[in-house]
Amino acid sequence: MGGSHHDHPRAEIGQAEPPGYYEIMETAVRELLVEKKLIGPDEIRRQIEVLDSRTPALGAKVVARAWVDGEFRARLLADGRAACEAMGISFYDDTDLIVLENTDKVHNLIVCTLCSCYPRPVLGLPPDWYKLKPYRARAVSEPRAVLAEFGTIIPDDVEVRVHDSTAMVRYLVLPRRPEGTEAWNEEQLAALVTRDTMIGVVPATIGRMPR
Amino acid sequence: MPGLGVVLALGEAPIFRPGDRVRVLARAPIGHYRVPLYLRGKQGVVERVIEPAAIDNEAEGYGRNAGLKRHYYRIAVPMKVIWPNYPGSPLDGLRIEIFETWLERM
Repeated sequence: MGGSHHDHPRAEIGQAEPPGYYEIMETAVRELLVEKKLIGPDEIRRQIEVLDSRTPALGAKVVARAWVDGEFRARLLADGRAACEAMGISFYDDTDLIVLENTDKVHNLIVCTLCSCYPRPVLGLPPDWYKLKPYRARAVSEPRAVLAEFGTIIPDDVEVRVHDSTAMVRYLVLPRRPEGTEAWNEEQLAALVTRDTMIGVVPATIGRMPR
Repeated sequence: MPGLGVVLALGEAPIFRPGDRVRVLARAPIGHYRVPLYLRGKQGVVERVIEPAAIDNEAEGYGRNAGLKRHYYRIAVPMKVIWPNYPGSPLDGLRIEIFETWLERM
């Protein structure tokens, strides 16, 4: 980088173009619901706060706890929602949670072919690629090719198990604990657990992590 | 518990049990249904019954039978069954949850 500042013009912040069809529809429905007193503006604002409070850091804490505490891991695999609730993570959307453990025999991958079902209570909003049709279609038809594009090569003697979310059940992948982390504490381990490891597109690694 | 003579209401107990072979119905009703097209008509195995029974969001979404609950199953389908020319390992498989109304016994 030669210069000390960026000299390209900044994009204008604000709406330069007229709203699109769905934007207008969303505004109209929202205003109608408020006008008919079915919901209030405060409820909408509150729900945005709820969503903002959910990030992959929550899921990472769950995974790290499962890595260090065998009893918690067993409870998490038996009933994902109850185990997360016991850690203080609420399921505001009343979905169930199945936690999928990656092993040396099975690699799990999650997708929602119909839309964008995602374990929002524990991970927050999904990445854009998760909602786009190429990922949604290819994750169930050629998962190994999709994984390879993320740099993840799964040997043929390991089962790739794809989980398609449909209605009330959400999934969270429990990645394998990286080798060489035996002495790490829960907080250090949580830092290794990224969003993509819990979707199942990459393994958890210690590669680029500072100690 | 046997011997009590208790009669369950229709639909109260799940029809399928883990290990049962089932086929996803190939119905094509008009509207949005949460059974992906790529699985309709495919055969799989019940892996588990999702408890408790869940609100049938398909009926709910269309304003019918509000509050009706249906049994909901986790189904395992091998990739080779879904895609005859599947390029990956024959071990690979899919899991999905499907309501009882979309399943028939093989």
